[in-house]
Amino acid sequence: MSQSYNRGLVEDFGRWKEFSAGMWAWIFHKFTGWILIGYLFTHISVLSTSLGAAGNEAAIMSETDVYTTTLQGLESLFLIRLLEIGLLAVAVFHILNGLRLLMVDLGIGLEAQDKSFYASLILTGAITVASVPTFLTGVGL
Amino acid sequence: MAERYSSFTPGGTGWFFQRLTAAFLVVALAFHFFLLHFVNHAYEVTFLGTQARMENIGYLLTMILFLVTAAFHGVNGVYNALVNQGLKGTQKKVILAVLTLAGLALVAQGTYVALVMGGMI
Repeated sequence: MSQSYNRGLVEDFGRWKEFSAGMWAWIFHKFTGWILIGYLFTHISVLSTSLGAAGNEAAIMSETDVYTTTLQGLESLFLIRLLEIGLLAVAVFHILNGLRLLMVDLGIGLEAQDKSFYASLILTGAITVASVPTFLTGVGL
Repeated sequence: MAERYSSFTPGGTGWFFQRLTAAFLVVALAFHFFLLHFVNHAYEVTFLGTQARMENIGYLLTMILFLVTAAFHGVNGVYNALVNQGLKGTQKKVILAVLTLAGLALVAQGTYVALVMGGMI
């Protein structure tokens, strides 16, 4: 039997105290999605410096071309390394929760959808923490 | 309560492609992060190294497919989030047009960059 409810605006963030695990998963998924698509535009912009680098063989061979110096200049900044760790956390959560959503859409493991959200969070935290040394290699404060 | 839990309805192509691209992106994004942060390191990236990777046609095509699917998934995701938020009427059409153009521009620029990196142009 179907029932209809007037739930109000679904994304009324003022009601955050009423949110369940599934609602938080949904909000985190959107939030991380906005960051990832925003980053993709930035990423392609930065990689577009390769257009200025291509063709200058001498600079490419001596690694002084604009693409290499731009990327290595950015990577020398501690802030960029921190943002990369943040990006990893965002990407890992979006991937893990995305797998959870694909399962939910297929009707698999619905009774454990709240537990799988908590598992996504914990696994994201663990992978992010474990990746910190790799992301901070060779950078000064 | 409905017996069929899946929201996969016939004709829901936007919904279907969002899931189809998701399944690919789960693998591609994990691969991309792993290759460029753990196998290679971002702080060691040079044009020479990028060129060497992009000259592999399989890698180049994978990256272009990655770009196209990510652009679709991201732009379609943003559009659906805004529709959920209550976007309708003319605003909905304008936002769809702007997002479509932005997505196409992203794919065009990214593909051009990839082809230049691979020495194809």
